[in-house]
Amino acid sequence: MKRALTAFAAGALVTALAGCGSGATPSSTSGSAGDAPGASTSTLTVFAAASLRSSFTILGQQFEAAHPGTTVTFSFAGSSDLVTQLQQGAPADVFASADTTNMDKAAADGLVSGSPVTFASNTLEIAVPPENPAGITSLRDLAKPGVKLVLCAPAVPCGSAAKKIEAAAEVTLEPVSEESAVTDVLNKVQTGEADAGLVYATDVQGAGGKVKGIAFPESKEAVNVYPIVPLSASKNLDLAWQFTDLVTSAQGQQVLADAGFAKP
Amino acid sequence: MNRPRGAGVYSGLPAWVFLPAAVGAVFVVLPLVAMSTRVAWAQFFVLVTSESSLAALRLSLRTSAASTLLCLVLGVPMALVLARTSFPGQQLLRALMLLPLVLPPVVGGLALLYTFGRRGLLGRSLDVLGVQIAFSTSAVVLAQAFVALPFLVVSLEGTLRTVGQRYEVVAATLGGRPTTVLRRVTLPLVLPGLLSGAVLSFARALGEFGATLTFAGSLQGVTRTLPLEIYLQRETDADAAVALSLVLVVIAVLVVGLAQGTRSTR
Repeated sequence: MKRALTAFAAGALVTALAGCGSGATPSSTSGSAGDAPGASTSTLTVFAAASLRSSFTILGQQFEAAHPGTTVTFSFAGSSDLVTQLQQGAPADVFASADTTNMDKAAADGLVSGSPVTFASNTLEIAVPPENPAGITSLRDLAKPGVKLVLCAPAVPCGSAAKKIEAAAEVTLEPVSEESAVTDVLNKVQTGEADAGLVYATDVQGAGGKVKGIAFPESKEAVNVYPIVPLSASKNLDLAWQFTDLVTSAQGQQVLADAGFAKP
Repeated sequence: MNRPRGAGVYSGLPAWVFLPAAVGAVFVVLPLVAMSTRVAWAQFFVLVTSESSLAALRLSLRTSAASTLLCLVLGVPMALVLARTSFPGQQLLRALMLLPLVLPPVVGGLALLYTFGRRGLLGRSLDVLGVQIAFSTSAVVLAQAFVALPFLVVSLEGTLRTVGQRYEVVAATLGGRPTTVLRRVTLPLVLPGLLSGAVLSFARALGEFGATLTFAGSLQGVTRTLPLEIYLQRETDADAAVALSLVLVVIAVLVVGLAQGTRSTR
């Protein structure tokens, strides 16, 4: 048994260490590569909210195509996690947040260079399994007895948005679960465990046909605005601004619209 | 399990071994020390006695106790079969039984979801019977038992093998029926191993996070155990998260200490 446990512990340690590499902290090549005068290669590190993963990955490829020799590295995570990492000195050139609160936090700590530009917005939608077993058509239907509703916890942004809408629409929602992340809500709907959930419009778009999205008028009570800004720690502010410009350009806006984002 | 040799005996270790050993010990202890320096002691009591914290703590203790019980009911027979019999495919079966040890808990949660979930393998039939497991406290217990069971089985199987079958054979030749031998000879012999296995299972259940989050959801008083509460608090109130983490560390230390205690009294 001792041997089995030791082997297990060693395995777990290796796995944990390997996991660190793929974690949120990207390689620190940005500084050294950007420093070399006249270097033909440079790396741009972008810290972006998790919901921007698919659209920013496309934009990164477009940016690399337009700037030969440039590599764009992304770190996608919750906006508050990203700000924490930036405060701890994580090397990054650009920060795109899913809300103004976290961007304000970064600005207050003097991490940003220039004023943030809003480039997209996102609203909540009702997500139901494709066959919609509970027959949901509106926000009020979510309050019907017997409907298994899953929301984000009020402590996280998608949950506070849901609370705002709940209050404005004067409905009482009684979820069977309050998840810590919007992806967990989506997963519960996708697997059919929940009859409905409140997620962002982009999450519905990203899930393909696995969930059905139902837009509802009350969602305008809580609109999430996405700001982007180059960071003061960047060794390559020029390139950082060029990426920011791409995001706000017509080309960038098209990619974001395809992913389900609305105009800011 | 090998018994540690008595103190004062020549260890036979080269001196250099102590350096990496010390680094390893610091590696484990330092993060805990670092965390305890971040505890807002002034508000500690208020933070850990808030309604949501107490609900999470109560739920954690209750579900961990239930899942440990479930582990005992299922794990003791499993360990007996693995240690005392031999049949084709036993190695493979043992490897499969230990899988939850190395499986990422999230994967375990997904697997449970596809088994006991509303559309799962068994979930459909259970649904017909009016039993709904997802989003209930039972789901938490299932998730915890799933990840904790191997700890009990491994620990007990090891003890069973170390103890050997001598006394069982004697008892049987004296006319003891299998159930009597099991009850009067085998189980008393392996009691320390059984206890430490149960304590380990309890500790693992207490720390369960990934499978619970994936399979059971998160609702105060129903499915939001202490680790889930810590994860959620981290979003808004880092002080509360750190304070609760410390509570969990203290419970874990007590539990592990208890396990060490039962082991050394052998």
